[in-house]
Amino acid sequence: MKILVCISKTPDTTAKIAFTDNNTKFDTNGVQWIVNPWDEWFALVRAIELKEADPTVTVHLLTVGEADADPIIRKALALGGDEAIRINAAPTESQFVAHQIAAIVKDGNYDLVLTGKETIDHNGSTIGGLVAGETELPFISLATKLERQGSTLTITREIEGGQESCEVEFPVVVSAQKGMAEARIPNMRGIMAARTKPLKVIEPIATTEYTETLQFELPAPKFGVKLVAPDQVQELVRLLHEEAKVI
Amino acid sequence: MRILVYIDIANGKIKKATHEVISYGADLAAATGDSLIGVAIGSCQDKLEELGSYGLTEVIHLGKEIEQNAPTEVNAWAISALASEMKAKTLLFSHSLSGKLLAPLTAARLKAGIVTGVVSQPELNNGFCVKKSVFSGKAFAKIAIKTELRVLTISPNSYPVKQVSGNAAVSTKAFTAAQSRIRTIKAEKTSGALSLTEAEVVVSAGRGLKGPENWGMVEELAGELNAALACTRPVADAHWRPHHEHVGQTGVAIAPNLYVAIGISGAIQHLAGVNRSKVIVVINKDPEAPFFKAADYGIVGDAFEVIPQLTAALKKVKAS
Ligand SMILES: Cc1cc2nc3c(=O)[nH]c(=O)nc-3n(C[C@H](O)[C@H](O)[C@H](O)COP(=O)(O)OP(=O)(O)OC[C@H]3O[C@@H](n4cnc5c(N)ncnc54)[C@H](O)[C@@H]3O)c2cc1C
Ligand SMILES: Nc1ncnc2c1ncn2[C@@H]1O[C@H](COP(=O)(O)O)[C@@H](O)[C@H]1O
Repeated sequence: MKILVCISKTPDTTAKIAFTDNNTKFDTNGVQWIVNPWDEWFALVRAIELKEADPTVTVHLLTVGEADADPIIRKALALGGDEAIRINAAPTESQFVAHQIAAIVKDGNYDLVLTGKETIDHNGSTIGGLVAGETELPFISLATKLERQGSTLTITREIEGGQESCEVEFPVVVSAQKGMAEARIPNMRGIMAARTKPLKVIEPIATTEYTETLQFELPAPKFGVKLVAPDQVQELVRLLHEEAKVI
Repeated sequence: MRILVYIDIANGKIKKATHEVISYGADLAAATGDSLIGVAIGSCQDKLEELGSYGLTEVIHLGKEIEQNAPTEVNAWAISALASEMKAKTLLFSHSLSGKLLAPLTAARLKAGIVTGVVSQPELNNGFCVKKSVFSGKAFAKIAIKTELRVLTISPNSYPVKQVSGNAAVSTKAFTAAQSRIRTIKAEKTSGALSLTEAEVVVSAGRGLKGPENWGMVEELAGELNAALACTRPVADAHWRPHHEHVGQTGVAIAPNLYVAIGISGAIQHLAGVNRSKVIVVINKDPEAPFFKAADYGIVGDAFEVIPQLTAALKKVKAS
């Protein structure tokens, strides 16, 4: 079984969000970068668990990013996985990233392609579906559980108003979310091993431009909290009803 | 030209978020002069005609007899084929569980530019430029779509529903698609609970509640407000509450009209999932809790005293 885990580099969850160049660029000053939590905690860990259960499983990590993504992909390799591929290009838009990933998927005969639920910076929730659409593979989104018997996967996914368990044969694209696995912390041996694991750098394939991010905007600031005394709850009810008009 | 709106049906009912997407589509159609068409797939107990009251004049109902738990890739192929047949240029979905599945599959099929989590009408004076929420609600991005076809998902609770009069004309069409490669084994419904992303009011509690046994008063308050329940990550991790209630950067992102936070400190990762709420009420006994900085209204007090009083006050207002 061959698994491909899609890894993206995102700002740390506590990073200050600010922009430069007339709000056209994310201000990376002082920003710590991490492996996107959904990719690391759920997609990657579940792939590693499948390999632990069956050593014939290979796990490849893939990121679309420039050289500054190397430390992130090594961080991911420290948790596990056999080798990594980096497509040497800035991940400017979702169709671009998906085209790059789809090309690797088609070439590599992967049985399972795992992505995270979404990136915490772009919040797209689109890459998995785009890759599945382009490679004509079935797509199971927002999976909370994934079990394997031979070439069949049994997957639980979140659907409107509940959850569904379903079965699918290889090959398939799955986006992973909470429940799929428990986050791990890399150990010293993993960190050492990651240094020498192969990291292939591949040039991107050419695509047309689908979208272009023009500018960013920060939300309007709050005007300050209106405090109500704890023994005046009826005043809060009045404010919510008459002033805020939300109840 | 045409705009297609996907009508989200779950358990035989039209999802409320679809009304918002239709209102969005109707306003867009008015601005561009396009016509707006709804597409529904599978059996539906609600009357599709009544979607006319949100500005939809025409609905195509594909495979109206099909019973399905959830859409699959096959639905996306059907929508793509219909879009090509109708020469639709813009496809609209809700940024819901179904939309997150169908929109990217459709965009790949149609080679369309896609923007998800859209929060307002596009700017049309120079191409087609939409605003979406990014950095987990901490910012917005303006994105120009350069392709001829475009797929958008509209963020729930971000676009106002507008009521108009009139009925939609519904036509049915056979749905002759291949079998999905995904086989459903079983589906479980979450018992009657309001969907967190669609709820207009959300009552949320954190570690300040001390233990799962104290959620009774939170549930009562939520009941009084007709609210969905949410919680912080440590609360879900400790199994005080189910995982699907966990909101934040690494949980569900929500944007209700009213978010009531009880015994929650307001860590940056928590705020990231709730900061698009229109009105935030914070109840915390620590006046220094960071959440007060992000709140509209606040009570510095002990939740165990304030919450039952608040519920009683709401009951009283209702009764009068
Ligand atoms: C990578 C990462 C991702 C994360 N993602 C998320 C996420 O998605 N969502 C999330 O919620 N967290 C997330 N966290 C955790 C986050 O940093 C905080 O630890 C968490 O939100 C705190 O939860 P809390 O407010 O329930 O608990 P605490 O921080 O312990 O706060 C409890 C609050 O209750 C108040 N309190 C105590 N007793 C009472 C009382 N009787 N009456 C009233 N108030 C009382 C206290 O004053 C305090 O402010 C993440 C953390 C990391 C590192
Ligand atoms: N630049 C990238 N390289 C590799 N995988 C990515 C990249 N961006 C996103 N992904 C994957 O796609 C998932 C969804 O991303 P998004 O659609 O941007 O929210 C992420 O959780 C990753 O698994």
